[in-house]
Amino acid sequence: MYASIVFLPLFGAIIAGILSLGNRDRAAELVTVTGLLLSLLFSIIAFAKVAIGGQPIIIDIARWIVSGDFEAMWRLRFDTLTAVMLIVVTGVSSMVHIYSIGYMSHDNARARFMAYLSLFTFAMLMLVTADNLVQLFFGWEGVGVASYLLIGFWYKKESAHTAAMKAFVVNRVGDFGFALGILAVYQIFGSVQFDDIFANAAAMRYTEIGFLGQAMPALEVAGILLFIGAMGKSAQLGLHTWLPDAMEGPTPVSALIHAATMVTAGVFMVCRLSPMLEYAPLSLDIITVVGALTAIFAATVGFTQFDIKRVIAYSTCSQLGYMFFAAGVSAYPAAMFHLTTHAFFKALLFLGAGSVIHAMSDEQDLRNMGGIWRKIPVTYVMMWVGSLALAGFPFFAGFYSKDMILEAAFAAHTPVGNMAFWLGCLAAFLTAFYSWRLLIMAFHGKPRASEEVMSHIHESPLVMTVPLFVLAVGAIFSGWLGYELFVGHDMAAFWGDSIFILPEHHAMEHAHHVPTWVKLLPVGLATSGVVIAVLCYAVWTGVPAAMARTFSPIHKFFFNKWYFDELYDILFVRPAVRFGAFLWQRGDRDVIDGFGPDGMSAMVVRVSAFAARLQSGFVFHYAFAMLIGVVVLVTWYYLRFGGL
Amino acid sequence: MIENWPLLTIITFLPMIGVLFLLMIRGDEASVTRNARHVALWVSGFTFIISLALVFGFDSTSSGYQFEENRAWLPAVGISYHLGVDGISMPFILLSTLLSPLAILASWKAITHRVREYMIAFLVLETMMIGMFASLDMLMFYLFFEGVLIPMFLIIGVWGGGRRVYAAFKFFLYTLLGSVLMLVCMLAMYLDAGTTDIPALTAHSFAAGVQTWLFIGFLASFAVKVPMWPVHTWLPDAHVEAPTAGSMILAGVLLKMGGYGFIRFSLPMFPLASEMFAPLIFALSIIAIVYTSLVALAQSDMKKLIAYSSVAHMGFVTIGIFTLTEQGVAGAMFQMISHGLVSAALFFCVGVVYDRLHTRDISAYGGVAAVMPRYAVFFMFMMLASVGLPGTSGFVGEMLVLVGAWKASSWVAFFTATGLVLGATYMLWLYRRVMFGTIESADVGAMERISRREVLIFAPLTVLVLWFGIYPASLLDVMANSILAVLDNAASGGAMVIAGR
Repeated sequence: MYASIVFLPLFGAIIAGILSLGNRDRAAELVTVTGLLLSLLFSIIAFAKVAIGGQPIIIDIARWIVSGDFEAMWRLRFDTLTAVMLIVVTGVSSMVHIYSIGYMSHDNARARFMAYLSLFTFAMLMLVTADNLVQLFFGWEGVGVASYLLIGFWYKKESAHTAAMKAFVVNRVGDFGFALGILAVYQIFGSVQFDDIFANAAAMRYTEIGFLGQAMPALEVAGILLFIGAMGKSAQLGLHTWLPDAMEGPTPVSALIHAATMVTAGVFMVCRLSPMLEYAPLSLDIITVVGALTAIFAATVGFTQFDIKRVIAYSTCSQLGYMFFAAGVSAYPAAMFHLTTHAFFKALLFLGAGSVIHAMSDEQDLRNMGGIWRKIPVTYVMMWVGSLALAGFPFFAGFYSKDMILEAAFAAHTPVGNMAFWLGCLAAFLTAFYSWRLLIMAFHGKPRASEEVMSHIHESPLVMTVPLFVLAVGAIFSGWLGYELFVGHDMAAFWGDSIFILPEHHAMEHAHHVPTWVKLLPVGLATSGVVIAVLCYAVWTGVPAAMARTFSPIHKFFFNKWYFDELYDILFVRPAVRFGAFLWQRGDRDVIDGFGPDGMSAMVVRVSAFAARLQSGFVFHYAFAMLIGVVVLVTWYYLRFGGL
Repeated sequence: MIENWPLLTIITFLPMIGVLFLLMIRGDEASVTRNARHVALWVSGFTFIISLALVFGFDSTSSGYQFEENRAWLPAVGISYHLGVDGISMPFILLSTLLSPLAILASWKAITHRVREYMIAFLVLETMMIGMFASLDMLMFYLFFEGVLIPMFLIIGVWGGGRRVYAAFKFFLYTLLGSVLMLVCMLAMYLDAGTTDIPALTAHSFAAGVQTWLFIGFLASFAVKVPMWPVHTWLPDAHVEAPTAGSMILAGVLLKMGGYGFIRFSLPMFPLASEMFAPLIFALSIIAIVYTSLVALAQSDMKKLIAYSSVAHMGFVTIGIFTLTEQGVAGAMFQMISHGLVSAALFFCVGVVYDRLHTRDISAYGGVAAVMPRYAVFFMFMMLASVGLPGTSGFVGEMLVLVGAWKASSWVAFFTATGLVLGATYMLWLYRRVMFGTIESADVGAMERISRREVLIFAPLTVLVLWFGIYPASLLDVMANSILAVLDNAASGGAMVIAGR
């Protein structure tokens, strides 16, 4: 049963892939949805047994890469951390599968789409059940490819396949770090198996290894390298540029991959490696700082964007930052808690946005929306639920998990923890602000779309609204339900051995005993964010434009996403292409060939007329001559030595 | 009894029987052409089936040579007809016997003139390749090693593209220099050890100073074959001018001759020199990976791009070999087999669209995915295997090479790993420009879907690339003991020379 959780989506993907060749769309939808629902059912059972029942289990599948003492096995690991991810992945994925039936109903490659979705789910499940770093890498790259295929699903669109390639390549930069991290771990522990790493991490605390000619603390080297991988996949500052562009993919893809599951893989990895990272304080500090900076950076960009999906994408980026700085202050349970609640409300927001886009005849620009809330009331309500949960209003999911993170950051009482706390609070304000900016711009005010579009606006069919409803239930109740389990007083029993926190890292315990103002501040900031957004966009509608004019440089800086794309283009992309052309023309052709074969031939031609015949085309004559030469030589030796 | 059959001799020379048949075909042009194709396909297919006996009869617990045949040839000078395979050469023989029928199938429609002669060249080529990997006598090795070039020259020079003469000539110049030096070294080795028997030479320990010179001589020849930077410039030209099937064999098998030579000769016979020159090899290989990857980015010709990518992939191989670690050498071996399958498939991918549009210019395409969906799947899969996606064979080799490289030095691993990023960039860019986007030209829109024959070529390669990616143990286990033996030999051989000094 455990193995079938992982492999049912794979079978679904294969069958749907075959069906797609015959355009059997309906059958493909049926097969993949059934596979996912079964997988979800088994995941719930597994969660009950493994997480609630406290019975982790490891399943051997086969030998994989074995060479000398390097061993990476196909093996599935089910512990509490995995079980939580199983629920998140199969839960959101099955809802997205169902939603896609409606959303993609006008597309003529639905079977292919469903196959990709299931393939992605399989890779994600391999990632979360991995028992060693190499298998984790398998899932890691697997979700990357699925993401590439899905972003570029509408491959005829220039912007889509450009974004797909960008996502893959930027992720590869992260994977560069990940791969080196695996090698460092292998050198330190002589194994890539999680159990071996965790058992010996304490003993390696003060060990040093040589890295790039320097002696460095071993666990820090491994920790930082692996975190670079996490930065790529989870779109953290510096390697985040692919995520907003990834919105070129169909919206269900954005909900599943670029909000709920794949982008959280980095957070999952950091939590998975907690037994090792706990002994790498510098790595943890770096994780905290990068997380905090991402949280605020993405929020500042988010409130200037006009594409409805990009606003939510930057929001995702920002929320992932929260998860990272939680992990960085050793509050892994809080990170996982926010990961779980975020999966529900962010998937809800994306699917809701998809429903809006669907209703507006594929319009994504907020400036062309407005005044539609009466026409699509279900979607409208769902977006409210998602926004309330995201902004962290009391008793919605985000309230429990985000406040827990901020409290833990405060309770860490470290410089980086304080920094994360204050940046996190500021980001919380911005989050509420851009969420209500989006709600008001999309649904309220005067309609800004054309008559034509407005006349076609319709509520989405049941196959799309039911998944929204399920996710909304999660967005409302998952925080309230999960609080005791994930971060309550008995959390140690729940997480078991899957998360390890050093006794001296006490952010988690102290988080429950922070001053009252710390508990109230995020809610207060969120409320003021909403109020200001309402004032700016519903009451004094001239204010945003006036503000943008007054603070033009800052606005431009935020609106242009801090100019990361332009910077990278100047620093890496163009020089690489130009340098490549230079090496080819000057290096290969002029220098190597010039002095090598071409130069030699020119010389030979000059020196003797005979050599000119080399170019007669009968080059093989010379090869024959060479062979004959060998035979002559052998014969000579035979006569010379053998004959005597 | 079947055990007593000279299996390796049969496999090696079976294609020559096909050549005899081809020479005997009589009749009008059309029937000769038709018969020549069928004879070549059947003979090479039959050779492949027989070569499977090597796999099933192979004892992977042993590190020694198996299926050995040893007959006196020139007894007076100690030269014998000695054949045998171990875990290092056996996979290459299978690679050769597999790719040969596929290459012949790939030329089914593309080659229309002098088909009989073309098929003869291919069958001779197959014999030469198998013979080279099966030889356990240095002289025989040399004969096959150089002999491979003759049919390849012909294939490029007669059935190649517009600048075929230049390409063949360039290859000839490069090879000539290397081969002469290698031959001189072989003579020196014979004079020193008194034998041309490879196992005996492996056991012989050459003096440290001698090793250096011998190593350089062999390096000159193998580096051209690999090819290593900066003696790689023949490869893009050769590939561009060669017919599709020629490129498949050239990239699939011929590029592995250098790597095989390093493992068979340089490592066990000149262990001290190997260690001494390892940093040089690392430097050249790293340059190869970064340099040729960047050059690949600048290409507008599909075949040139893949040719340059081959140089980068071979950089991984040479790094792996000279880490002198178990994982490094195993990774290099794995990478060679994997690259043999993947690059052959990629060159065939180019051939498929070339047959339809008669251009290799990337900008002439765009949007092909819409008209050739099945082809898009195969091409995508091979493209991902080429960038080393886990779950394909490409990943296993790269990963193990990186493990070995890290053991040698984290610097080496660091620069080698840049290949992961660069490789993804140029391959994805190629795929994007050819396959994605809207259809710009009417010719592209009119391209036919792939035929059953073309699927028949893709299918076995796809299955193997996937199989070796998911269950690489099936290949790693075969190689493991032989690789250990090579490394043990290198270690003890090196120690003996030092002790004797």
